[in-house]
Amino acid sequence: MTKGRIVGLEGSFAIAEAVRMANADVISAYPITPQTHIVERLAEMIADGELDAEFICVESEHSAMSACVGASAAGARVFTCSAGQGLELMHEVLYIPASMRLPVVAVAANRALSGPLSVWCDHSDVMALRDIGWIQIFAENNQQAFDLTVCAYRMAEDQDVLFPAMVHIDGFYLSHVIEDMELPDEADVAGFIPDYEHPFALDPEKPVSMGCYAPPFIYLEAKMAQEVAFEAAKPKIMEVWKAFGETFGRSYEPVETYRMEDAHTALLTMGSISESAMLAIDELRSEGKEVGLIRLRLWRPFPFPEFRAAVKNLDCLVVLDRALSYGMGGPVCGEVKAALYDKRKDLSIVSFIAGIGGRDVTLDEFKYMVNRGEEKARMVALGEVLEPEIIGVRE
Amino acid sequence: MAAMGEEGERSELEEASNLFTPLLLTTDENFAPGHRACIGCGEALAVRHVCKALGTNVIVVNATGCIEIFSSLLPQTSWRMPWIHTLFENVGAVVSGVEAAYKAQIRKGKIPDRGVKFVGIAGDGGTTDIGLQALSGALERGHNILYCCFDNEAYMNTGIQRSSSTPYGAWTTTAPVGKRSIGQMTWKKNMPEIVVAHRIPYVATACPSYPLDLMEKVQKGLETEGPAYLHILSVCPTGWRSAPEETIEIGRLAVETGVFPLYEVIHGDYRLSVDFPVLRPVKDYLRRQGRFRHLTEKDIDRIQARVEEDYAKLREKAGAN
Repeated sequence: MTKGRIVGLEGSFAIAEAVRMANADVISAYPITPQTHIVERLAEMIADGELDAEFICVESEHSAMSACVGASAAGARVFTCSAGQGLELMHEVLYIPASMRLPVVAVAANRALSGPLSVWCDHSDVMALRDIGWIQIFAENNQQAFDLTVCAYRMAEDQDVLFPAMVHIDGFYLSHVIEDMELPDEADVAGFIPDYEHPFALDPEKPVSMGCYAPPFIYLEAKMAQEVAFEAAKPKIMEVWKAFGETFGRSYEPVETYRMEDAHTALLTMGSISESAMLAIDELRSEGKEVGLIRLRLWRPFPFPEFRAAVKNLDCLVVLDRALSYGMGGPVCGEVKAALYDKRKDLSIVSFIAGIGGRDVTLDEFKYMVNRGEEKARMVALGEVLEPEIIGVRE
Repeated sequence: MAAMGEEGERSELEEASNLFTPLLLTTDENFAPGHRACIGCGEALAVRHVCKALGTNVIVVNATGCIEIFSSLLPQTSWRMPWIHTLFENVGAVVSGVEAAYKAQIRKGKIPDRGVKFVGIAGDGGTTDIGLQALSGALERGHNILYCCFDNEAYMNTGIQRSSSTPYGAWTTTAPVGKRSIGQMTWKKNMPEIVVAHRIPYVATACPSYPLDLMEKVQKGLETEGPAYLHILSVCPTGWRSAPEETIEIGRLAVETGVFPLYEVIHGDYRLSVDFPVLRPVKDYLRRQGRFRHLTEKDIDRIQARVEEDYAKLREKAGAN
């Protein structure tokens, strides 16, 4: 196992380091808060000759992803990053690398959506990307932001995978915060993600037509093939995390848990908020409550078996959504209920929405959600239908 | 500069040259037959000519539109060179990415430098409307690309809706002729001039009715260091309501009437590819097309005046007397 050096790095700089060590060939990006520090740092690295890459300063996020698609189709290792409105503008293009099997790697510095305008963190942008067909992974701190970006290249470029991968980091909470972390040796990272060759890259020596027009008799089969291949990517994703653990000493799982031993109630979170939630779990545990934390690390492909295993012994699951699906409630809660409907009809699932538009979630609020969640679970068990509750709204 | 006879009459020499010079061209068809373009499609013909001139050491990036639809219906393809289509409005960006990928990978020793060229193609909608931003970005950044706009003057693939490249007075399904409308009420966007304003090294207009001129311009565009832009008028019998067998003739009339002049702008210097001291009346062009059949003499006079004014300005820029 290799040992790196301990450094203090901002989340954005940690990601830029991962892209530099991955020796990306083409970076294409458009500035948007809170993603800017990543691209600024990469531009500096290129200007100083620390990274040999073409930086295409495009005129929009739509073009940022389009240029990545073109570059990836031509066999290059690529990178882009965006946030909030930027992800919305590139939305149309995001489906393309997934259907064309191009291993584009991107980071999303998660941000609320207008209006009113907000540059601060929530997961509204992520939730709009659920169906794009990318591998999607959540990071909770700067170490993970680095590690998971490195892993994203190896996952995406696996010849049996060849799907784009997106690492989600919470805007500002990670992108603008300096934390100490272990930065591995460049050569070790290079060894972990060696150069790859796309089997069907655009090359006049071996001409291919990419992105053809599919009539109804063939479109369905194309989509089916995509779905089968995407599902098959999951074991490869787990292999990469295992190999990463063996090389660098930090392991990742599709679903990760915290203090779940003998827990009857669990809180479910994604992203940086999970680390605050751990503090609340510690306090609740010290008060004698049998409560734990479940964190979804792999968002797509959705880790059904791992998730079902994590909730196996629970009576109550409290889902914290950092986004709101208007007229429906918390989107993650909806997905979780769907994942458990056939298996755990006896499990009470309670929905809370918090941390919207950069609103901090306090320790007391986490504790409230657990306690109130259990109370609500009893009401649900008695047949009551409860609306999702939004935390921290000022009267 | 080839001078035409009085009243746009074609000389015997020109007719003979038109007959025999094509025999000197390559018989290679890099754009395979069997595609699904409409009968008499000027665009398919233009693509065929362009692909002859491109050769196969190129990567073609195509926007959504007629060309992509009629050439790539799965499981078949007409493209004998590597070809990629992704979306409607992003050809400028995708071709930038392909070019940058080659540049970086060659520099880093990952792939050999075989002199591959990069070509973006789109229709007038994909260029003058929805793709204008991505194209402008690609031109401004100076990528080593050739961009070809195949202009059939409306959204033909979706059923003849107007674009900003549709000419004044033309009927389309979204600029219909009615009691209060003569069809398109705005003047055609001058896309080549917008490109010239980016001060790229090579801009030209072309038309498949002048195949040798078209192919020469494609080659010049390919040889240009930096961005090159070609605006190709593509007669569309389906959308223009013209006879399929008159496609070549109508393209010629567009040029001879001054409606679509053929010219180059090389590092800012204008050159007329063919000049007409006396233009044929625009009526000769308009009357061949059902999309203009409703126009009154007054409407036609208005178009005539505008064409003459624009042509005079162009001649002035080209220093023609």
